[in-house]
Amino acid sequence: MDKKYGVYICTGCGIGDVLDMEDLVEVPDEEGINCTTHPFLCGEEGVKLIQKDVDDDKVNAIVIGACSRRVNFDVFDFKGCVIERVNLREGVVWPHSRETYPKLEEDQKDDEEHFDPIQMKAEDYIKMGMIKVEKINIPEPYKTESFSKKILVLGGGITGISAAIDASKAGFEVTIVEKQDKLGGYLTNMRSQMPVSEPFEDIIPTIIDEKIQELENYSNITIKTNTEVARIAGQPGEFTVTFKKPGERIPWDVPFPLPEEMLVDEKGNELNAEDQHAKYLEYNKGKNDILSLDPDGELYGAVILAAGWRLSKLEGEEFAHLGIDLPDVITNDEFEKIAGNGKIIRPSDGKEAKNVVFVQSPGKDEDDADFDYCGAVTSGVALKHAKYVREDYKDGKAYIIYQHMRTPGLQENFYKSIQQDNGIFLTKGAVTSVTQQGDSLIVDANNTLLGDNLNIKADMVVLANGMVPVTVDDPVINLAYRQGPGFRDNDIFGGYADSNYICFPYETQRTGLYAAGAIRRSMTIEESIEDATGAALKAIQCIESVNRGVAVHPRSGDMTFPDFFFQRCTQCKRCTVECPFGALDDDEKGTPKVNPARCRRCGTCLGACPERIISFADYSIDSIGSQIKAVGVPSEDDYDEPPYRILALVCENDAYPALDMVGMNRVDYSPDVRVIPIRCLGSLNTIWIKDALAQGMDGVIVIGCKKGDDYQCHFVKGSELAEIRVQKIGDALSSLALEEERVRFEEIAIDEYDKLPLLLTSFVEEVEALGPNPFKGF
Amino acid sequence: MTTDKSASTGGIIMVVGGGISGLTTAIESAEVGYEVLLVEKEPSLGGRVSQLKQYFPKLCPPTCGLEINYRRIKDNPKIKVFTMAEVEEVDGSPGDYTVKIKITPRYVNEKCTACGECEKVCESEISNDYNLGMDKRKAAYLPNNIAFPSRYVMSSSMLEDDKNKVKEACKFDAIDFDMQEKSLEFKVGAIVWATGWTPYDARKISNLGFGMYQNIITNMMLERLAAPNGPTKGEILRPSDSKAPDTIAFAQCAGSRDENHLSYCSYICCMASLKHATYLRGQYPNAKIYIYYIDIRASGRKYENFYKKLKQDENIFFIKGKVAEVSEEESTGNINLVAEDTISGEKVRQNVDMLVLATGMQPNASLDKPNADLQFNSDGFIVNDFKEGGMFAAGCANKPADVITSNQNATGMALKAIQTLVGR
Repeated sequence: MDKKYGVYICTGCGIGDVLDMEDLVEVPDEEGINCTTHPFLCGEEGVKLIQKDVDDDKVNAIVIGACSRRVNFDVFDFKGCVIERVNLREGVVWPHSRETYPKLEEDQKDDEEHFDPIQMKAEDYIKMGMIKVEKINIPEPYKTESFSKKILVLGGGITGISAAIDASKAGFEVTIVEKQDKLGGYLTNMRSQMPVSEPFEDIIPTIIDEKIQELENYSNITIKTNTEVARIAGQPGEFTVTFKKPGERIPWDVPFPLPEEMLVDEKGNELNAEDQHAKYLEYNKGKNDILSLDPDGELYGAVILAAGWRLSKLEGEEFAHLGIDLPDVITNDEFEKIAGNGKIIRPSDGKEAKNVVFVQSPGKDEDDADFDYCGAVTSGVALKHAKYVREDYKDGKAYIIYQHMRTPGLQENFYKSIQQDNGIFLTKGAVTSVTQQGDSLIVDANNTLLGDNLNIKADMVVLANGMVPVTVDDPVINLAYRQGPGFRDNDIFGGYADSNYICFPYETQRTGLYAAGAIRRSMTIEESIEDATGAALKAIQCIESVNRGVAVHPRSGDMTFPDFFFQRCTQCKRCTVECPFGALDDDEKGTPKVNPARCRRCGTCLGACPERIISFADYSIDSIGSQIKAVGVPSEDDYDEPPYRILALVCENDAYPALDMVGMNRVDYSPDVRVIPIRCLGSLNTIWIKDALAQGMDGVIVIGCKKGDDYQCHFVKGSELAEIRVQKIGDALSSLALEEERVRFEEIAIDEYDKLPLLLTSFVEEVEALGPNPFKGF
Repeated sequence: MTTDKSASTGGIIMVVGGGISGLTTAIESAEVGYEVLLVEKEPSLGGRVSQLKQYFPKLCPPTCGLEINYRRIKDNPKIKVFTMAEVEEVDGSPGDYTVKIKITPRYVNEKCTACGECEKVCESEISNDYNLGMDKRKAAYLPNNIAFPSRYVMSSSMLEDDKNKVKEACKFDAIDFDMQEKSLEFKVGAIVWATGWTPYDARKISNLGFGMYQNIITNMMLERLAAPNGPTKGEILRPSDSKAPDTIAFAQCAGSRDENHLSYCSYICCMASLKHATYLRGQYPNAKIYIYYIDIRASGRKYENFYKKLKQDENIFFIKGKVAEVSEEESTGNINLVAEDTISGEKVRQNVDMLVLATGMQPNASLDKPNADLQFNSDGFIVNDFKEGGMFAAGCANKPADVITSNQNATGMALKAIQTLVGR
């Protein structure tokens, strides 16, 4: 686009009082760019003024020096224009008070001794804004080559069926894929189930038959039983899916990345790319490469993962005291099956089991945790099973020994109704042993609510086994992605295909794939049905977003996507490896192939690329680098004691809003800091740090969000990657005879705004203690 | 090849309540492509979670998710937000509702830049609801640091003298005390009620002494005391003498699982108290913390792990038992509590510096019943009738739930609303 520049500066909210507007206006004036000031730019008149210039075709690249871009977003919205909001209010005049940094007296101006650090910051910011609008462009939406609105549901249990019905009701075509030869999953084994609706009191017949029946009402749902997914290739909006019979081996089975131990030679040295590739081919012999698309594959827009769970295996010393090898000590799953077949009988001799003990926690006195992967499900299951005993035998007795009865929320009603049954005994307790004594089992427990130690003679003992997500054993989704076929980092979640975000429960590291049900967390039927609806919404939303050529969460609506200048690519693969979302696949040479519909637009690839060949329409190495170069770095030629210049590259999601809050609370910090928000610290390219130091800036601070297993990064690894990059830059600094301490990495959560002023000011002081950057003035 | 440009938008979805659940339903629907009207009765979005310092078990700030959600609203012209707005009446049937909303005057118009000049000159003070009345704020105020919309509010109780002062101080003519209550009417296809919850009124639990003894506080009060933008700037000090507490007891199920109060389990209070123990530990490395509970409902792997971590702290004591009686030691202001240890069967007597009541959640719909054709359960939660469709409850309007579950549910309710529109 042929850019016509204009700068508009608001003098309201203290900006005009603190700053020398005449001097500030000179900044664009010197560049021959028209600058207009207004006392109330966000008011009707101010906005009209800009709009008129836009309408008159005078400007289309606009710099607005006013408040933070986080406010008045809807006011300064001029269609068809490139806009940069320069944060003069929250970023300059509010956090740097005239009490601390007084205005210069007339005779102090240009005396080579005095300077006005607030004015300097404002002038730099305007310059930075001007160069930025020069460097960025209006994005155009990305269009996929082919497009499908169909939704694939993996798993035909209650979650999968519910998701399919919900998506279908919204008008979407759905295919359910089920490994078994019939739908229904675990529920088909069940005699009854816990309540799913008001008043949550009684057990009810399972709802699965009804649900399967309901499927027939929807002509846009296709069911493929006895089928599994060999691979899912491509990207949201155009996933190419190959199906196969379970257990079959076909060329479209997805290749797996080499296990780590195969990436090194016998001596432990890393193999070169060529050797690695040869090994990879050998390892995946007979499988087509991820980049080749199955011509007979079916096209889908998004995927819902509802593959469910399997039983946990109870074996080993940990459970020895529970008599796990005794024939009449069984799991809740085995109990359900026995009950499903008719009256409850013992496995050992088929005798009626009238006295049944349900054990909820295996840890004796030492540990009050439930069995692994129980969640709050097995408490309810035990209550239900106790009810079975009572249904089958008038004189039956059920004992539930628990550490914590977990019936959260309205499930408490079910617990209360079970308590009314005088044949069901509930007590807290630690089961210390289960032994065979003649025809019976003896259960010992202590620390019970009944005061004494318990010694119960039982016909059968039932252990509350947990529900292990199938993703523990198998990637299930079989993605033809260079980073591998499964979700990444599931180990943080104990193998669940879960999200790490409390606010955003469906976000995974794989765009267009949404997990629901017990594969995400141990869930009851009620919870699974509800969860399925949410996952269906996310799948639909992803399809619609791809259709519009925009990103999904968290940069929802962003139309930019990474653009590669391939002529300069050195095939180093860093972008492919570091992308948190597996959006990049590389070919046999290592040249990346971008899948924009998988991309969440964090810019991690841009930060990773040593050749600096990746850019977005409105965000690039140059757009940030030029802003850094626009910062004025005064030297001894200018002032006797020139002020220091510190660059702060901050995460726009946490640290930047926190800095705005510092401004809003009018807390002072050093005005020598120049802040540039970046999309995510993952997009931090070290060239920016080098450029800043090479032009004489004295220090660089990089501020991101909290990392670690409980990471807060909306793009998963931003802070972590940035810290590694900052550490690595140390060597480069020492070769320039610069101290490593000039570059600092810090973590700040958005609510720690109160810590930021001290953090920044003390960094400035530490840099000052090192002395000025020797490159200053060159 | 892109086939069409936008989702089929067959109507408008109204979301009532702009807390975390309502925000989720609104944004998730709008990002599919639907028009959404988001109606919030407070002056800012954010709801209950905006008062929390951190979420369990991640101990991350709710502001972080709110910031992203607000940005999603800012980037999405399909969402229209109405604050200080309440639904007065709903008529019609699924796919075709007429909703009347009432807008309480803010006395500040869209010209407000949130510069804060009015707050500087205003001398009248009002009780600060954001901090549960533990301190005061100016009668000209911005609801909180990331208030959305970023616009001031003038309390109607501001003194006349101050009214003149603030008007004079405002350079943008944004303050207008002549503003009247407004009624608006909308045609919408589906309504999602995300009206949330209120902490159960601890005064009603007469044996637990809240309101009688200063050093008995509620869990939500502790949340505000621990927050850097709270009444004590984040220092947890006991109310009677601003002393740093050495011994703190938590009474779980304060009102919940109790036929005389809330018969259900409030879902969040166990985990909230564990989280509060981390706040206390962060400030007081040697404080002794006693948690009196019926069951620790650490449901699921993440919560169980969090509980496990806290159990390793030698100065956190878990006592299975319910606090039955409290009294105040006059000379110190300390709290004497009596509980029955259900394991030993003995009565436990304890003297603590501060007692925190883990009060549960009461659905707002039970306190201020929506004027619409909805079903309620005996506790006042809204029961969803998916067969009828059209109107749905999301989050804690529907059931007691944590934030993760609320958001799961709220995402799903976006689809239920969309189905109503598509099905017509």
